[in-house]
Parts: sequence; structure tokens; C-alpha cells
Amino acid sequence: MKARHKRFTFLVAGLVVLASAAYLVIKGLNENLNYYFSPTEVIEGKAPPNHVFRLGGLVVPGSLKRDELGNEKTKNVLATFVVTDNKNSVKVRYKGILPDLFTEGRSVVTQGKLGPDGVFQADQVLAKHDEKYMPPEVAEMLKKAHKKGVAEMAGGSKP
Amino acid sequence: MIPEIGHFALIMGLVIAFVQGLFPIVGAQKGYASWVAVARPAARLQFLMLAVSFACLSWSFLHSDFSVLYVAENSNTKLPQIFKFSAVWGAHEGSLLLWALILSAWTAAVTVFGRGLSPLMMGRVLGVLGLVATGFLSFLIFTSNPFERLVPAVAEGRDLNPLLQDIGLVMHPPMLYMGYVGFSIPFSFAIAAMLGGRLDAAWARWSRPWTQVAWMFLTLGIALGSWWSYYELGWGGWWFWDPVENASFMPWLAGTALMHSLAVTEKRGAFKAWTVLLAIFTFSLSLLGTFLVRSGVLTSVHAFASDPSRGLFILLFLATVVGSSLALYAARASKVRSHVRFELVSRETGLLLNNVILVVTTVSILLGTLYPLIIDALGAGKISVGPPYFNSVFIPLTVPLAILIGVGTLARWKRDSFATIWRKVRVAFVASLVFGLVFPAVAMGHYSVKAGLGMVLAFWVFFTTLKVVKENARGRGLPGLSLSQWGMTLGHLGVAVFITGITLTSIYSLEEDVRLAPGDKYELGGYQFQFRGTTEVRGPNYKGTRGEVVVTRNDHLVTTLYPEKRNYLTGMPMTEAGIAPGLTRDLFVALGEPLDDKGAWAVRIYVKPYVRWIWLAALIMALGGLCSLADKRYRVLARRQGEAVAGGVA
Repeated sequence: MKARHKRFTFLVAGLVVLASAAYLVIKGLNENLNYYFSPTEVIEGKAPPNHVFRLGGLVVPGSLKRDELGNEKTKNVLATFVVTDNKNSVKVRYKGILPDLFTEGRSVVTQGKLGPDGVFQADQVLAKHDEKYMPPEVAEMLKKAHKKGVAEMAGGSKP
Repeated sequence: MIPEIGHFALIMGLVIAFVQGLFPIVGAQKGYASWVAVARPAARLQFLMLAVSFACLSWSFLHSDFSVLYVAENSNTKLPQIFKFSAVWGAHEGSLLLWALILSAWTAAVTVFGRGLSPLMMGRVLGVLGLVATGFLSFLIFTSNPFERLVPAVAEGRDLNPLLQDIGLVMHPPMLYMGYVGFSIPFSFAIAAMLGGRLDAAWARWSRPWTQVAWMFLTLGIALGSWWSYYELGWGGWWFWDPVENASFMPWLAGTALMHSLAVTEKRGAFKAWTVLLAIFTFSLSLLGTFLVRSGVLTSVHAFASDPSRGLFILLFLATVVGSSLALYAARASKVRSHVRFELVSRETGLLLNNVILVVTTVSILLGTLYPLIIDALGAGKISVGPPYFNSVFIPLTVPLAILIGVGTLARWKRDSFATIWRKVRVAFVASLVFGLVFPAVAMGHYSVKAGLGMVLAFWVFFTTLKVVKENARGRGLPGLSLSQWGMTLGHLGVAVFITGITLTSIYSLEEDVRLAPGDKYELGGYQFQFRGTTEVRGPNYKGTRGEVVVTRNDHLVTTLYPEKRNYLTGMPMTEAGIAPGLTRDLFVALGEPLDDKGAWAVRIYVKPYVRWIWLAALIMALGGLCSLADKRYRVLARRQGEAVAGGVA
């Protein structure tokens, strides 16, 4: 084989690998990007219906309930709790065992879809290594909600 | 007093590292032999200083000196002795000290095992390592000093994160760091060779054993982390494509590519510039891994509470290392030409493809890992990239790689033809089709085409690797195989075992979260799990509840599992799963939470076939790395060059 032909073949092979990788990456990213939303954004209707996204916030103390329905037959473990950004709240339903560090009053990140009844159906509740740790998204969101609340209170008190 | 000695030794370490970095490199460029000669004693002294510093911190932990902030935050008098010691690297500050200690240990190892290197090359290599150490030690001292005092001292420490009170985690960080940091050696060899303007096969031969040993440790480190997350953290999951896991996997992939391309550079003198680039790339990914883990920029199940200024420092450090080495590469690599020709069908082409696929896979994972950061920086919203992305990219890219193992290893160097290769592989091809497609029908409960295809791939790698052994042993028998050839064989057999493990675990695992009252039975995968209720247990630094689950199959007792739920003194709850390990299946039971006051619990039950094979594969691969490392040609080389140098001096 001539050197020119050889180089051409290598080039084509390289391009094929790159193109298929690019295709996989783009397709993969399109299908698997999960946007992050706060309870306020969900209430405002910004979250997409029928698409997986992440919902984060603080677990409202006293809101965790075990759903006993149908337990005797399927023996399923169901839990519901309410997630808040101190402004708005969204109810979350999760089938399965909650991670160890899930505690009422603490921050949590859940992943799933918004149901037609307005309840977030989580298929994943993220655990953490460290109880001091707060996901950066949650920290920022709480700060934002707090600022907004303060501004509104200041605005509201004006005549 | 002891902590101050440790702190002082650490500062001395930084000063010495700076001297070790500056003088030999400048001296080597200007031709001052005395400046170059500083390198070796400085490197050893730096190691001594960091060892003293590390020993001081360990002493503070073992003696529960809670006047040291880091000790007070991560230890407790009731902590068992072994965990007091491992708590040294249980959090950010100490784990960085371990990083720096390992770097200096690797450097000292170069001064011992690199005797055959020319003084100039040795000076440059140690100089580059010195500069890397300077960066890390400044980071350690200025942003995360482990010896900071707590005034007034507290009577009792906060305790080590209970997740880390486990033998898997005692071993995981040191292994991982040995790997990460180990890649600094081929990196500094590459930089030193470029500084000297001589990129020949010799540097490849020098770098190869170091790369293999780093790769071996990284393999073990990742496997340990995966195993630990399986039984301790992940509720039975062994890989999550979490940013922090990716951070360790990317240098592994790049390091694997580096090992293969070093082989070509050493044996055939080809791919020289590419290999240098890979060495830079691999070490940069190790640094990036440290940045991702330590800066907290990504939401990760592994993320620890962190401080943004630290992230900025590492990012700047990373930019400096990558920027300056790429600049040097741009200036020097154009002169490096590989004048070695090879045909389209040859082993070189196979290894080239191996490299292309590995690097493209690494970049795809890198993209998925950093994508949330990029989107956030652009202000386009907060996102995360789900594990399906990684699976959908990783699997199609690596399947061709596994097929390639069988073709590439049987191709001859320089020139071969598809016809000859086909003659060698056709038996393996048919055998893997038959065995692979039949395997799920015979060994597993129900048939799955996916499992069949996965097993075809596993058998393909297995049979072709055996064929390579047979070819290599022709005429001289099995004992005639060099250790290096055994290394390759084991490495590739590891791949076959790995594919088997992943395929069967992902397809045939059964998992259920159920509510069980004492006496309740639940059937999963042909096993009957009977919950017998719980009893209270008490440990040195925790209180807990222990469940009893009797597992039977066809009315025969299989095992009794004792999963635990612990509450540590820090108030942190922990789940200790009850696992019955087996070569062909694991039974896994974990206690979730109590559901009522009658003793019912939420219980997670898993039946995981062949999950052990995933970690077994890593062990086999690591053993392969060890074999190649022990190959006698490296020792012969070291001795011969040592003699040559001695002769030259005399």
C-alpha cells in the first residue's frame, strides 16, 4: 500500500472513531441532562413535565410519613416528605429506603419526575458522606430565596 | 510541642522542595554540575522531613491531642486504635499530607532505583518532582494546615466520620494516592526528557516500570473504593459514575493508554511525541481528580464540606502545570519525529487504535463530568449529568476495545495481514460465540440475549489471550514466557473476568426494599429470606440494632445474615449490611429503618450474581502489573547503565 493511501486510511479511521464518539456524547447528553429546580421554580411551573429533574431543598420537620397503603401485600416501603426553600414547598414521594443521612430539617437532593397530582415522584434520594455538607445548589437557592423574602418584606412594609 | 515539630518539618519540606525544584533545573540548563548535584540529597531530605511531619500528626492522633484542631475534628478517645491512625488521612488536611508524603516517597524511590540515569537526567526528573511538591506543600501549608492549634483545647474530639471507620477506607486513599501521585514520575520523566531535548526510547524504558506500578496501585485503589461503597455506602451499588469516581477512573484510562503506548515507544521507537503528551495528560487528570474531590465544585455523593479558596488554589496550580508542560511540549515536540514505519495491519496500528479509543473514552467521561460546571459558568442553569449518559457512551466505545484485544495481541509488529490473523483467531472466534451464547442458558436462571453477547465478548478476550500464551510459548514452553508477557496475559484475562462480572451483575441482579415484621418471609431469586427480629448491640463508639435474617433455599439453610444499624456518638447513623459473599452470587441484606413499634423494619434485599468478579478482575489486572514490573529486563537495564556510569566516572 502506498504511503499516501495509508495515511488516508488512518485519517478516515480516526474520523470514524471521533464522529461516533461525538454522536454518542451529544445523544447521551441530550437524553440525560437533569436540570436542577427549587420548590419555588416548581410551583411557578418552570420545571418540565414528564422529564427527569432534580429537586432540592430542606426537609420540612415533621413532614416525613410512611405510606402504609398496600404494604401488607407487596411489602413495599414508601415514604413521603415535603421539601422547602423556605418560601414554597413541594411534596415528594419515594419508593424505597431513605439514605442514612436523610434527616428532617436538613438539606436533601432528590431526582425524579413531577407527577400529574403535583407530587414529585423521586426515584433517587442523594446521600452524603458528611453531615456538615450541603450541596452547593441548595446553599445558593436558600440564599436566593432568603434575599428575595427580605426584599419582599421590605417592599411590603412600605405604604 | 510535637505538633509544632510536625509543622516545622512541613515548612522545611516546602523549602527543601523548592530548592530541589529550582537548582537542578536551572543548573542543568546552564551547565552547573554542582547545582544539579543538589537534587538527590534534597529529594531524600524532603522525604525525611515529610515523614517526620506525618509521624508527628500520627502521634497527635494516637495520643488524642485535642489541642490540634484537625485531631479534635476527626478523632475521639473511644475510637479504636487502628482508626485513630487511619483518621490521619480521614479528612482534607491529613489526606493532602499523605499525598505530599507519597509524592516525596516516590521521589526518594527514584533516587534509589534510578541509579542508572545520567546525573543530568536525574537532576531534571527530581527537579520537576520538586516543583510539583512545592505547589502541593504550599497548598497544604497556606490553605489547609493540619497542625493548626485549637485554643482552648477540648476534652473530647468530634470523632471520625463513621463511614470511614472501616478497613476498606483505611486502605483506599493510600492506594489511590499511590496511583495518582505515581503518575507524576512518568510525567517528570517526560518533562525532563523534553527539557534535555532528547526524547528517545530510553526515557520510555525508564518510565515504563514506574507507570506500571502507579497503574497497579490505582487499579487496586479504585477497586477498593468500589468494594467499600458496595458494602458500606452504596447500598449494594458498586459504581455510580459519580464525579469523584470519574476523577479516579479518568487517570486510570489515560494511564492504561500510556502503558500501551510506552510499550510501542520502547519496543519500536514509534509514537514518541504522543507518549509524552499522554504522560502529561495522565498526570493532569490525576491533579484534576484531586481538584474535583477537594474543591467541592460538583455535587457528589462523595463531596466533603469544602472551602472555595482551596478549589481556586488547586485550579491555579492545575492551570500552571498543564499550561507550562503543554507550552514546553509545543516548543519541543515538533523536533521529535518517529522515523519508524509500520503497515496498516500491524500490532502498532492495534495499539494506536487502543490509544485512540481509550483517550476518546476518557475525554467523553471528562466532558460528562465537567459539563455541569461549564453550564453553570455560562449561567445556563444548574444541571447534573445522569449515570445513563456514562453508560451510553462508555459501553459502545469500549466494546470495540475488547474486540481489539483479541486482534491486536495476535498481530505481528510492523506488518501483518488479516488472513494470518484470521487463521490465528478463528478457533477462538467460534468457541467464544458458542460458549458465550450458551452460558446464560446453562448457568443463569433465565436467558437474556444481552447477557449472551456480553459473555461472547468475555470468552473472546479469554480465548484469544490463551492463544497469545500458546503462540508465545511455542518452542520453549510456558516457563519460557517472560514476566512481561505474563503481565500482559493477566491484564487481559482481568478484562475478561471484568466483562463477565459487569454483564452478569447488571443483568441478573435482583433487588427489593420490603417491609418485614419479625417472622416474615420474603422470596427473591429462589432464596427465602426470613426476618427473625432485632437485638440491641453496643460497640466502642456506637450503639446499634442488629437484625437476624435466615436465608434458605429449597428448605436448606444457606446462611444467616446479621445486618446492623448503628448510631455513632457523633449522632451519625450508619448501615452495616449483612453480606454472604460467593464466587457466583452475593446475598446482601441491609436494615433501613424501624417502621412501627412492633419490630417491623424496612429491609433491603439483594441477590447479586457474579458481583465479586468485578473486584477479582481488578486484583488479576493488578497482579499483571506486578508481573510486568518485575520483568528482568528492567533490572538488567538498571545494572548495565549503572555499570556504564560507574565506568565513565572511573
